[in-house]
Amino acid sequence: MRLVAAACVLGAIAAGAAAAAPPNAADLEAELVCPVCETTLDQSTAPVAERMKTFIRVRIAAGDSEDEIKDALVAQFGPGVLAEPPGGGFGLLAWLLPLVGLVAGAIAVGLLVRAWSRRAPPAEPSGEQLDAELERLVDDELARFDG
Amino acid sequence: MARRARLAGQGVAIGLVALLFILLAWSLLTDDGGSLAAQANRGDRPPAPDFALERLDENGELQLSSLRGKAVVVNFWASWCQPCKEEAPFLEGIWRDHGSRGLVVVGLDSKDFRADARRFADRFGLTFPLVYDGPGDLTSSYGVTGFPETFVIDREGRVVEAFAGAVDGDDVRERFEAAVEQALET
Repeated sequence: MRLVAAACVLGAIAAGAAAAAPPNAADLEAELVCPVCETTLDQSTAPVAERMKTFIRVRIAAGDSEDEIKDALVAQFGPGVLAEPPGGGFGLLAWLLPLVGLVAGAIAVGLLVRAWSRRAPPAEPSGEQLDAELERLVDDELARFDG
Repeated sequence: MARRARLAGQGVAIGLVALLFILLAWSLLTDDGGSLAAQANRGDRPPAPDFALERLDENGELQLSSLRGKAVVVNFWASWCQPCKEEAPFLEGIWRDHGSRGLVVVGLDSKDFRADARRFADRFGLTFPLVYDGPGDLTSSYGVTGFPETFVIDREGRVVEAFAGAVDGDDVRERFEAAVEQALET
């Protein structure tokens, strides 16, 4: 019981520390897009991209969270500055459409496989379908062979 | 049954190809001969796309169509753009020289931080109206491919001439002032 309580306390401390950790500039630069060259900031040396990198570092030093920094840049440059579309509203479509495509593709493949399997030639008759007389003859021959 | 399905599939494929050809033909037939700048510089005087943008120099918005009846110079710029710095004093001079004759210079700051744009305006003592298009949405409707780019618009809202790059050098400035005169005379 004490062990469980200690684990809970340690877990809470770790979670608190992670929440309080300042955002990483390199991670943010990979998640934000330069409005001029339209590549992520870490790939760009355009003047506006360099200015945005400076902005990110200044805001991190001022104690802003990742979301606050992203929101501030969206307020300046619009939602197109985010490398990943937002998870709500119209941006949700960008996440859902590939999934819908995958499901539709899987259904189409399933239907095709089903149609092909129905057209497959009938299987060869198995040994179990031998009639009783033939089975008796085979047994006799096998017995003679063994003897 | 299988034959009918195959025929239907072929029909769909042929239909898609035909649709692509129709789209290609439509785009060729409706081709307007290039960008807004190309049309203007051919003498076609295409209408300038309207906009309503937040002002940087004061509160509120500025709508281009509200300036109908005046000649307008729309200058796309950004504070991080070096040629924009060289051009800014010239545009301020044009505004001061021709403002009383009905010319309005509109500085359209794009893909920039508002604070940087305001600092730029203070540094160069810009007194003409400044608007803000942070996401750069208007660059596509005006066909702007780099900064600065300047459009001279007549009193009826049509583009007289477009200037890609800084308006500097005697030849370009002479051509620019001639375009401003044409816009004022319309």
